[in-house]
Amino acid sequence: MQTQAHIPAHPAVPVQVDDPFRGLDVRKFGMWTFLGSECLIFGSLITTALLYRGKHDPGLGPHDVLNIPFTALLAFILLLSSLTMVLALAAIQRGDRRRLQLWLLATAGLGTCFLGGQAYEFSKIVHEGVTLSSSLFGASFFTLTGFHGTHVFIGVLWLLSCVARSLTGGFNERNYIGVEIAGLYWHFVDVVWVVIFTLVYLLAPTG
Amino acid sequence: MATTVITREAGVLRLPVRETGWLSWLTTVNHKRIGILYLTTSLIFFLVGGILALLIRLQLAVPNNTFLAPDVYNQVFTMHALIMIFLALMPAAVGFANFVVPIMIGAHDMAFPRLNALSYWVYLLGGILFEMSFLPLFGAPDAGWFAYAPLTQNQYSHSAGMNFYVIGLNVLGIASIAGAINFIVTILKLRAPGMSLTRMPLFAWMTLVVSFLIVFAFPSFTIATVLLFFDRYVGTNFFNPAGGGNPLLWQHLFWFFGHPEVYILILPAMGIVSEVLPTFARKPIFGYTFVAYSGVAIGFLGFTVWAHHMFATGLGPVANASFAATSMLIAVPTGVKIFNWIGTLWGGRLRMTTAMLFAIGFIAMFIIGGISGVSLASPPIDLQQTDTYYVVAHIHYVLFGGTVFGLMAGAYYWFPKITGRLMSERLGKWHFWTQFIGFNLTFFPMHYLGIEGMPRRIYTYAPGLGFDEWNLVASIGAFIMGAGVLLFIVNLLWSLRNGPPAGNDPWDGATLEWSVPSPPPEHNFEATPIVYSRRPYWDMKYPEVAHEHGVPAGAPFMLHESGHTLHLPGPTYYPFIVAVGIFLLAWGLVLQVAWPLIIAGLAVGAIGMLGWVQQMAAD
Amino acid sequence: MPAPHRRIIRRLAGGMALLAGTGLLPACASPNPQSTLSPEGSHAAIIFDLYIPIFWAAVLVFVVVEAVLLYSVWRYRQRPGQEGELPAQVHGNTRLEIAWTVAPAIVVAIIAIMTFRTQAILASFPTDALNVRVIGHQWWWEFQYPDLGITTANELHVPVGRPVKLTLESADVIHSFWIPRLAGKTDTIPGLTNQLWFRADRPGIYRGQCAEFCGMQHALMGLRVIVNTQSDFDAWVRAQRQPATIPTTGAAARGAQLFLDRSDTAPKCWSCHTIAGTDAQGKVGPDLTHVGSRTTIVAGLLENTPENLAKWIHNPQAIKKGALMPNLGLSEQQAADLAAFLSSLR
Repeated sequence: MQTQAHIPAHPAVPVQVDDPFRGLDVRKFGMWTFLGSECLIFGSLITTALLYRGKHDPGLGPHDVLNIPFTALLAFILLLSSLTMVLALAAIQRGDRRRLQLWLLATAGLGTCFLGGQAYEFSKIVHEGVTLSSSLFGASFFTLTGFHGTHVFIGVLWLLSCVARSLTGGFNERNYIGVEIAGLYWHFVDVVWVVIFTLVYLLAPTG
Repeated sequence: MATTVITREAGVLRLPVRETGWLSWLTTVNHKRIGILYLTTSLIFFLVGGILALLIRLQLAVPNNTFLAPDVYNQVFTMHALIMIFLALMPAAVGFANFVVPIMIGAHDMAFPRLNALSYWVYLLGGILFEMSFLPLFGAPDAGWFAYAPLTQNQYSHSAGMNFYVIGLNVLGIASIAGAINFIVTILKLRAPGMSLTRMPLFAWMTLVVSFLIVFAFPSFTIATVLLFFDRYVGTNFFNPAGGGNPLLWQHLFWFFGHPEVYILILPAMGIVSEVLPTFARKPIFGYTFVAYSGVAIGFLGFTVWAHHMFATGLGPVANASFAATSMLIAVPTGVKIFNWIGTLWGGRLRMTTAMLFAIGFIAMFIIGGISGVSLASPPIDLQQTDTYYVVAHIHYVLFGGTVFGLMAGAYYWFPKITGRLMSERLGKWHFWTQFIGFNLTFFPMHYLGIEGMPRRIYTYAPGLGFDEWNLVASIGAFIMGAGVLLFIVNLLWSLRNGPPAGNDPWDGATLEWSVPSPPPEHNFEATPIVYSRRPYWDMKYPEVAHEHGVPAGAPFMLHESGHTLHLPGPTYYPFIVAVGIFLLAWGLVLQVAWPLIIAGLAVGAIGMLGWVQQMAAD
Repeated sequence: MPAPHRRIIRRLAGGMALLAGTGLLPACASPNPQSTLSPEGSHAAIIFDLYIPIFWAAVLVFVVVEAVLLYSVWRYRQRPGQEGELPAQVHGNTRLEIAWTVAPAIVVAIIAIMTFRTQAILASFPTDALNVRVIGHQWWWEFQYPDLGITTANELHVPVGRPVKLTLESADVIHSFWIPRLAGKTDTIPGLTNQLWFRADRPGIYRGQCAEFCGMQHALMGLRVIVNTQSDFDAWVRAQRQPATIPTTGAAARGAQLFLDRSDTAPKCWSCHTIAGTDAQGKVGPDLTHVGSRTTIVAGLLENTPENLAKWIHNPQAIKKGALMPNLGLSEQQAADLAAFLSSLR
């Protein structure tokens, strides 16, 4: 990893270092760019889901099979996990490794609860007759939420690896960029869920 | 003096890492070596794609020909396009960008050297996976590079070909997106002091725009192929009208990627031309700002034109008119560049080296390609011209006359920097003229063929329709083009051994890559350069020019920091291992979900990632 | 420049001019059957009228810009003795650059306005059109006249001077319906219905081809549009509406029997093809009720003669590999009989 050179003052050098991203570490920058492409991934999936949400068997549409209260609870859990993520970062910025591990575990735990809840909801929906191949609504719903769930799963693994790294002294109050980047990813996954929940669950057409 | 610390951890596998010999190429993370790997690999794939083109032209040389059976022909033309676009042209541009851009911007390497290596290995292994579809056991993709649904559904495409398409292109997409992220971060964060974006070489500008295009366009294609994967493997109906799916969804998702993709293909070549012309005209690019910003404009507008590929699908007059408007609008920034390039030549002292010939040839051919594009942007005219050889003419004028000529200019221009030797100018001129004549003989008549009613993607045509003579001419032209390419290979190989020594600055260049030895040392610069203008090396060489640029007298050109440590990752196996994991996983998916391969792939990939992460932690 | 180089360049320039001359073809009408430059139908003619001025504008731009490029290369080449010289280090000229940004924008805007006007004309469908339903199949064309009760394949008959409105559908994959001299192309997309109209101005036979890659035999998915005088068209309609007359003697009768045979060992032609007035009601392949009256067979590939019919029936895969009509293991005699039968169905 390269660090930027510091330019010494020289009376004759009117050097302007054009760095609008001053201070943004290259790895964070890389993650932001990656998240940019992820926006398009989820954008394409959401577009497909919106296109096909009316294509379902009678009585097996979004309004019939989606459990909004339960899913709202899941959304709340995920939002809570973003809070714990912020707390984890704040902890290590203070040098508090104990609290970092605690809050990271809490985030991973909440993420796992989310996944468990998703699995439960999926099994109910499948039981009612909506599957990946039963209708286009089912196909696009499961593809979209499946992609999101996979992202959450990868995030949970990542958080646990951060915990492992912290246990061996990998992070301290000067070196916490890994936590920041994991946090960026995690918050993104959370935001995507908010969008999915709004468009696919809350704004599903009636009837 | 800067001290450079190279981490040489052997990682979890404790494998020894070589620094010399051919195994060292397997573990390299140096941008120059990776650039050379990209360039050589893309050249080989270019030859494969070219042979496929010659097969096409042999089949179409005479009417009712039986040289290639229809099912073989359909694989050949599909793979010709896929190989040329994804395995030859894009990687060649990446190869040049890899080698040159970090040096141009005064950096010591890319921002993420290991990710850079991963991009290459994934590309190579993905390309090999792709080529293996030709084995009779499988069958290559045969539904065209655009793979319109529902032709790609299982019932119409029985062979494994479309599986290779879906999986292979996603593998290559990983390489491209990773590379794009690398270039964006490198260009935005690692420029030398004083090199603001408005002082950056235009090839770096175009690389930056292209990288953003890749980041925002590829995901649409990724999702399109994922949905097609589900249709073929799991029985969904995303694109299957029999199950309620809409075939046009594929087209929208595909072209939302596909159109920016063509700008991804042309912009690097435009960047190269913008470097070569000023060097051999001995004056700056005319209108740097316009050229840079028109590239950005093309990037943005490139996302607004996609449905001009769909004018015949019945989108309706409002949609057609909107996309017609944006498609015509994009002609403006493109045209501006041409005039700026001519303005660069005007009033110069033109040295007609081979690189310069190719750059001028680029302009001449791109003018034609651009003009034929304008009529295609008009929906009524497009209804007669789309899906005919008129489009084949248009695309080859911009992709070959444009991109390939630009890349050839880059080859002759930067070969001395990469190898330390000059290419033969004599062979080069023969190469240029043979290729120029052959190219025009092949593709100019295709405008006529299209207008006279010859559709695309047909393995044969009937006599008496007026297609016979010019198809024969085109086929002869293709072989002349092939001869030209052969001359290029001969020149490359001969010059590698016998080319005269180039020195660090054979062309009196103005950009930073010419300020370092040829070939450059491992970390490019002994000390970080300081930049005061768009032509930093001329400032260093010519005090009068520096004075004109407003560089203060006595200002330092090098940053001599004491106690400053540069950390760069050392050679490592892990990117290669992760790429192998992806390769195995991909094969597992291609073979209709062969679980042993999938698990093996995930395991190998996980080991690679683990080692990689450990190395990162040790940095 | 040394003399031999000048000669070569002059010869090259001559060759290029000849090549470029092909580009000027739009200046003249073309005799080629599928040429877009010889419109005989209103739709194609309207497009042609838009194209020609744009074409000439393109030629002008091409000539001027290439000329300026070539001139600048010739004029500003480094002459011997100039090696050390630096030319004036001009960085640009903002006014000029604005001018050559605005100028193309204006040209393009004009083209856009012309385009929109033409689009409006093409979008207004004429009333009192003859309705035809086009269904694309891999690799043949089905034509139905819903108001006239006619179903046929690969040959479309229309009366001269009367607008025809086509609804375009597909039975399998995306195809594209294109008869260049009469109209621009429009895709047939499964699951969707598209529309196209044209009015043929002159009697004659017009060739067309599928123009969207649709699988193995996309190249052999041709079609014919036969523009009749009104009286000829009416006669054709009357004949097409009749059920088939089954022959009772000779090879044709044998062929009829074989065609309609329901036993296990028979080729079962009836299972894929329809012959109105018989119990052959298959919908997989083209309607053969009046196949004898068509000018071509195999989607425009072969002239409609008993010999060609027999060849096709005997070994379709040798003529059109991958076609959905399999080789049925018929003897040459059987094929000839069937051909005689089908030829009799006028």
